[in-house]
Amino acid sequence: MSGTQTTYNDKVVRQFAVMTVIWGIVGMLVGVIIAAQLVWPELNIGFLHFGRLRPLHTNAVIFAFGGCALFATSYWCVQRTSCARLWGGPLVPFTFWGWQIVILLAAITLPLGITSGKEYAELEWPIDILITLVWVSYALVFFGTIATRKVSHIYVANWFFGSMILTVALLHLVNSAAMPITLLKSYSVYAGVQDAMIQWWYGHNAVGFFLTAGFLGIMYYFVPKQAGRPVYSYRLSVVHFWALIFTYMWAGPHHLHYTALPDWTQSVGMVFSLILLAPSWGGMINGIMTLSGAWHKLRDDPILKFLITSLSFYGMSTFEGPMMSIKTVNALSHYTDWTVGHVHSGALGWVAMVSIGAMYYLIPRLFGKTEMHSTKLVTTHFWIATIGTVLYIASMWIAGVMQGLMWRAVNADGTLAYSFVESVKGSYPFWAIRWLGGVLFLGGMLLMAYNMFKTMAGGKTADTTVNVPVAHHA
Amino acid sequence: MSDFVSEFWNMYVIVIVVGSILACAILLFMQSKATFTPGKTMGHVWDETLEEYNNPMPRWWSWMFIITIIFGFVYLALYPGLGSNKGILGWTAVGQHKAEVAKMDATVKPLFDKYLAMDLKAVAGDKQAMEMGKRLYLTYCMQCHGADARGAKGFPNLTDADWMYGGEPDQIKESIANGRMGVMPPHEQLGADSIKDLANYVRSLSGLPNDSVRSAKGKETFASAGCVGCHGMEATGMAAVGAPNLTDKVWLYGSSEAVITETIAKGRQNQMPAWKEFLGDAKVHLLSAYVIGLSQGAK
Repeated sequence: MSGTQTTYNDKVVRQFAVMTVIWGIVGMLVGVIIAAQLVWPELNIGFLHFGRLRPLHTNAVIFAFGGCALFATSYWCVQRTSCARLWGGPLVPFTFWGWQIVILLAAITLPLGITSGKEYAELEWPIDILITLVWVSYALVFFGTIATRKVSHIYVANWFFGSMILTVALLHLVNSAAMPITLLKSYSVYAGVQDAMIQWWYGHNAVGFFLTAGFLGIMYYFVPKQAGRPVYSYRLSVVHFWALIFTYMWAGPHHLHYTALPDWTQSVGMVFSLILLAPSWGGMINGIMTLSGAWHKLRDDPILKFLITSLSFYGMSTFEGPMMSIKTVNALSHYTDWTVGHVHSGALGWVAMVSIGAMYYLIPRLFGKTEMHSTKLVTTHFWIATIGTVLYIASMWIAGVMQGLMWRAVNADGTLAYSFVESVKGSYPFWAIRWLGGVLFLGGMLLMAYNMFKTMAGGKTADTTVNVPVAHHA
Repeated sequence: MSDFVSEFWNMYVIVIVVGSILACAILLFMQSKATFTPGKTMGHVWDETLEEYNNPMPRWWSWMFIITIIFGFVYLALYPGLGSNKGILGWTAVGQHKAEVAKMDATVKPLFDKYLAMDLKAVAGDKQAMEMGKRLYLTYCMQCHGADARGAKGFPNLTDADWMYGGEPDQIKESIANGRMGVMPPHEQLGADSIKDLANYVRSLSGLPNDSVRSAKGKETFASAGCVGCHGMEATGMAAVGAPNLTDKVWLYGSSEAVITETIAKGRQNQMPAWKEFLGDAKVHLLSAYVIGLSQGAK
């Protein structure tokens, strides 16, 4: 065994963890700006208008913030649960720097209007190729580390990280297939309703594997770690893992109800979305029940507060999702702000909160400290983030249902009772509340950044020694 | 028309859909038959402290899972979903849409037919008809012509007395029913200087400040370059081709010398879409009456 094999590679975890916080602030700031642009349209200045900034927001929060969080946590987790240093040598720093370059290119090209026009996959083909290279390297590093593990069993968190890596590779390659015309312009190889279906097959599985499976991996490592309790049920994790794999792939058509998509495809999408309820809740149950017998820890541990609250939001939005996939409900909710609220109960409540909790666990350990500079600030962050999330989703529920009801209301003569612009006018107060919720959430992230830099100051950044595997029974 | 190019894809869909749902059920069944030791771990430890209890799955959760699986099979039996199988209920999205439209039509058709049988001017004087027309306008027309119907650059104001294609009731209805294609050809071949002369002449026609030397030359060009062919000798326009009157104060694209120069040099292309196919004669009739009503009393 060589000398470097005796320590974990924590440098890359440190880099990704810090960038998680930085990109979180950037992505959420753009979110706050576009929320403000909806309330005060005069803020749409020049080419920095809602249409250009909205994809920047989604890409920044999903792939920059969420992506860095996944890299940091999966690299930390896979090393420690495999008792092995990250495999792949130079591939490891390449995943970090490559991913940062992708993010920077996104931040430049999207405001300039250079886009392939595919939702959550707007980046043009040269950037898509770089993403592929980074992602394949990520897969090599991750599975290479698993392959060199010193323990016989693969820990459950790594199943989720692994499935996320494999599926995202498949989704990205299929959805981004395009014919380049110039260096900055390409056209999708799919057309019409097939293109729509491919986009939502990608879109919903990006939710299912990037934003769910990956973050369930975070949950399965950090919740039992922070709670100091075993995972509630191994069997439950087996069932809900495989059931998620079987069903998520099919749920995409629920984004295309009552469109030109064939009826059979819509039905299949709805059925699998409904069957998704139990597998999704399996993850929530396994996380929350891990705390059973240790509920008192929730009282004064803000990290656990973040983690457990994130699971509550996860449970809520994975109940809401199947419900909204039912055609009758979808006929009301589709195209309204209800969808936006649903997405953010997942994005803010689940993805961001579980990542924030994991980062608060990691940051002191990555800089040779035992805890964050200020635990009080972590608690404050928790409450601000929770209030912000609740304001956001509650205002969008009201706005969404109002819009849906206004759009479908008809007079006795069959004419529409409201013009579209009347529903826009009615939405203003709720858009203002949503903006306020976003400001609060962003404010929490700024507290986090302050706390992080204070924790980093004077910290030691030595890599920790690889554990000797705990003797396991034969 | 079938959604599948061959029977293979039909079977492919059926097998994978049924197989995936069955796989969930089998998975749940097999794991629930495992030997559980509640409160005891599986015996593995990762990263010093990570363990897993060998607890059974919550019973209510398993039942919830089973119920959704049963619901899935029942739904797929009733509705189209298993490949080209039409489902027991014979439901289609197109069928549902047609049924809803037919139901609504049956209710409102007498009302619309009443107005369709009336003269446009008479409809324009009917209070209820005008309210219905306004609601139709706010659904279909305001995106271009504006909520107040006063138009915008490139979109005519409907509240004034100026009509590019004629203001008679039948002409207005024709514009809405079959649409209009507005084409002002480009005249860059005349050269920048002549175009500037023309722009000054056009401005002089409606009393706007202009260079009198240039407008005098422009007047000659107006006749010689063929402008009169559409706009007429007196430049008062021609409704048959939608050529606007250049002597009034109404400007579709703007009256500044720069904009007029651009209009002459580069030409203009404009389109009013045809609504007859989409809305049907009765709604077009009501909308026409509403537009007629908008400009009543306008000068």
